[in-house]
Amino acid sequence: MRVVTTQNTAHPVLIFWIIAGWIGFCLLPWYGVEDFWTFEWLVDGWPFDDDHAPAAVLLGMGQKLWLAPLIPPLILPLFALGRPKSDPMHGALLIVAGAFGLAWLVAQGFGIGLRGFTFDWLTAMFGELDDRQFGMGYGAMITASAFLFLFTQGIAARGAVNGDVFVVGAIGFVIAIVTAFVFFPIAKMLFAAFVTEEGGYSSQVFLSKFLNDRLWGLGCLSGARCGAAWNSLFLAIAVGFATTILGLAFALVVTRSGFRYKRALRALTVLPIITPPFVIGLALILLFGLSGSVTVFFADLLGIRPTRWLYGFTGIFIAQVLAFTPIAFLVLIGVVEGVSPSMEEAAQTLRANRWQTFRTVSLPLMRPGLANAFLLGFIESMADFGNPLVLGGNFDVLSTEIFFAIVGAQYDQGRAAVLAMVLLFFTLSAFYAQRMWLGKKSYTTVTGKGDAGVHPLMPKGLAIPVLVTALTWALFTIVVYVMIVYGSVVELWGVNNSLTLKHYVTAFRVQMGEDGIRWTGAAWDSFWTTIIIAAVAAPLTAAVGLVTAYLLTRQSFAGKNAFEFGTMLSFAIPGTVIGVSYILAFNVPPIEITGTGIILVVSFIFRNMPVGVRAGIASMSQLDRSLDESSLTLGANSWQTFRRVILPLLRPAILAALVYSFVRAMTAISAVIFLVSAEYDMATSYIIGRVENNDYGLAIAYSTALIFVMLAAVGLLQLLVGRVQIGRRTQHGTETTT
Amino acid sequence: MKKVTTALAGSLVALAASAGASQALTLYCSAQEEWCQIMARSFEEATGIDVDMTRKSSGETFAQVKAEEANPKGDVWWGGTGDPHLQAAEEGLTEEYVSPMREQLHDWSIAQAESAGNQTIGIYSGALGYGYNNDLLAANNLPEPACWKDLLKPEYKGHIQMANPNSSGTAYTTLATMVQMFGEEEGFQYMKDLHANINQYTKSGSAPIKAAGLGETTVGIVFMHDAVAQVEAGFPITVVAPCEGTGYEIGSMSIIKGARNMDEAKQFYDWALSAEAQNLALEVDAFQVPSNKGAQTSDKAPDLSSIKLIDYDFTKYGSSDERKRLLQKWDEEVSTLPQ
Repeated sequence: MRVVTTQNTAHPVLIFWIIAGWIGFCLLPWYGVEDFWTFEWLVDGWPFDDDHAPAAVLLGMGQKLWLAPLIPPLILPLFALGRPKSDPMHGALLIVAGAFGLAWLVAQGFGIGLRGFTFDWLTAMFGELDDRQFGMGYGAMITASAFLFLFTQGIAARGAVNGDVFVVGAIGFVIAIVTAFVFFPIAKMLFAAFVTEEGGYSSQVFLSKFLNDRLWGLGCLSGARCGAAWNSLFLAIAVGFATTILGLAFALVVTRSGFRYKRALRALTVLPIITPPFVIGLALILLFGLSGSVTVFFADLLGIRPTRWLYGFTGIFIAQVLAFTPIAFLVLIGVVEGVSPSMEEAAQTLRANRWQTFRTVSLPLMRPGLANAFLLGFIESMADFGNPLVLGGNFDVLSTEIFFAIVGAQYDQGRAAVLAMVLLFFTLSAFYAQRMWLGKKSYTTVTGKGDAGVHPLMPKGLAIPVLVTALTWALFTIVVYVMIVYGSVVELWGVNNSLTLKHYVTAFRVQMGEDGIRWTGAAWDSFWTTIIIAAVAAPLTAAVGLVTAYLLTRQSFAGKNAFEFGTMLSFAIPGTVIGVSYILAFNVPPIEITGTGIILVVSFIFRNMPVGVRAGIASMSQLDRSLDESSLTLGANSWQTFRRVILPLLRPAILAALVYSFVRAMTAISAVIFLVSAEYDMATSYIIGRVENNDYGLAIAYSTALIFVMLAAVGLLQLLVGRVQIGRRTQHGTETTT
Repeated sequence: MKKVTTALAGSLVALAASAGASQALTLYCSAQEEWCQIMARSFEEATGIDVDMTRKSSGETFAQVKAEEANPKGDVWWGGTGDPHLQAAEEGLTEEYVSPMREQLHDWSIAQAESAGNQTIGIYSGALGYGYNNDLLAANNLPEPACWKDLLKPEYKGHIQMANPNSSGTAYTTLATMVQMFGEEEGFQYMKDLHANINQYTKSGSAPIKAAGLGETTVGIVFMHDAVAQVEAGFPITVVAPCEGTGYEIGSMSIIKGARNMDEAKQFYDWALSAEAQNLALEVDAFQVPSNKGAQTSDKAPDLSSIKLIDYDFTKYGSSDERKRLLQKWDEEVSTLPQ
């Protein structure tokens, strides 16, 4: 009986989206004229006021007639309701309705803008349009989503991905948002590479900017300077290797050594990513610069002149390794923990010694982690902008060149676009190199079977160098951070070293007034905005990232490779380019969100999502598919499987994604500079303003405060997410919960 | 009723209509944070108009105004060096406006405005110069420099920092100043000789003097008011007005074309040119010279009357063609030389 009912009555999800489409069209304000979160429209003349009217009412009043073709695709799915899923017409109806509705929505959105027709040929064809439209509001958004999901349900009904509604819907959703918020703005920006001075398009322009000596010069082989492209590439490879090795060393110390202060070490590795930009650079200058304490000390000791040795490749390398090792660690820790002890025990039973076990079993199983860690280090180094700016000396890299092509004295967005393309090309190459190296081997180690082993300790010959490396680096990190805290409590760092708390008072003063607490400190406004935006962005980022990772590892569909690269795109492009491309794309309808908090949240989601994707992929490729299959066999659908089986096993990846996106939302700078507005100012842009004003004390005090806030947040997240319970014995031999 | 207002707003989004009764102004500010804050708050007090102020560097603001061209979000752009303002005028991103306050202004301010078709106007000026770190100069037994030509002496090798003219308006002003002061041939020869002594071309214009403050370079070539700010912040810096004379920048203000609050923008524009508004600079340690004849200059600021200022040709050297030509020449002839 039950089987028959599911066959004949429509899927509740289908009904839901049909209703949503109609609500979006008939009830909610079609255009978004005011801030997204204000609900003034409810009392301000809705539903008949022009600004807040739903599409149906507008049509009824004889306005915005180009919305009328949306009605048939809204009606069409109703006919699908009556048909069983097995009827080919069911799927066909939904596909046609969804595809046409979505296409028309997009076409009219781009075709008709704030000043009538956006394209000259439309005006030529239909004459001057005496009307205009604003950006999409709630109504348009919900109707668009409804069309999208009707379309994906149609495809699922036709049997794509085994007719799995959740998977097809998720794929459609991720493709749609990545297209809208990654491909679209970046494409818009990159077109500038072909624009001539007269405003036309020409590949000549591209070539002349591309074949430039400042980009590809090989002077460094003969003592002069190399082009920015080679510099960036060389630096990124070096940083990628160094961070991966250091990250692995830390992960091994934490999971496979008898080292006593593991927890402290673990906390320490998180410090650099929660540090706002420029702070590390400044600390390094005060330690190792021309007048830095360490440089001066050694110069006196050896009786030589202090030099500017820090500036250039060396300085950027040190700062980037310091800053990006934690990311490698976050990716690797999950993978190193996930390697099944049973396999290692099996190797040992077969008389392999510890070193052999490590080299032939453990290390190869960590390859997905190593590859992903390297890729992230490489990309981060390529896109990093703050460290090269402060420590670069005359060592030009792509990211700074791009920034100054846009905001510098050249005013050459075309050059920025060309440089961005070169950078993207390197990233793409690294991405494919990583895939080649991983090959098609299986790295599955977490199966559903009993797996109650204990990780063997590292072999001695390895343990000592690993421990020494990790501890030296940890010590270095501690010194840098002690310097930073010290810098926040002195009058003027490097000049007047008397202790004071005045910087904290200026930034975070709280006064008790008659009307309660008054937050009179200079930093509070940007502080609260930053916290709220970061708190909103982090869970969304993690969710989008992990769902994407799930699709990429667990499902196969056409265009998967391109899809995977697309998700990495926004991460690989320097923030400056993202910032400008977001203004270019989202300052005009159909999606008009500049000046709002939404654009900040959106930019953070798509900029930081790749870390969630990478961490998710690395962890998920360790989980045996038999886990999914047994869940599916027992009658769960793919959503339930994802939610109940995969997700709990992914806790380290979830934590990594959450922590990373929260923290990056609080410390990102280059994209944010273009997207902040008076109402939504962010901490980092405030800090940079202080630095420009020589207010180092206040800037460092604010940064230090942010570091503590983030530490607290990371701890809290760790508690909330909880630890993964793979059901292994602990090192002491007691059972953990299974 | 509201329909009328919306229609009046022409091609602009109806945000203004919903803001309706209370007047508002969106200010893009490219001066230092305190100065921006005090300008915004004082204008609010003086007129009751709400000011939404965003501070960004002048290059960033230019990039933003350009990106927002199709649907401008800002009304007035106040502060920041003149070059990006002139560039914006050339690209038609800013609105022509002749303020009734004009007669109170110095000639250099009006001259700059006229050269840009009245699309921008000078609000302050600052002369180019350099500063050195007293401690480092003594530690290296270097003589105290006083002229531009002093910096060419071989003993300063590796001690001088300036910004890269490709990325910084300050450094471009330096290049253009040398070309105007010594003639193109000799000016470029100067830049080539100077190149031998440079330890780093920084990206941002004020970075050299900040590095000097922290003891990372001995000499930094910057606008003198930036060097004075370092002294005031407590760093061991001496400011030098070069003996041969020097060029200068004009910090400018423009109304953005298609501003949503055009009336308020003009109101701000007039107010910002008044002596009263320009005197606010004294309260926030800004050491530039104001453009209103009646406004006071900080006594710590470099005294422009005692500095030999060259007759800087903003029309010629502010145009994008001339800039591209000079920068390309610098790129090819100077930056490629061995150091």
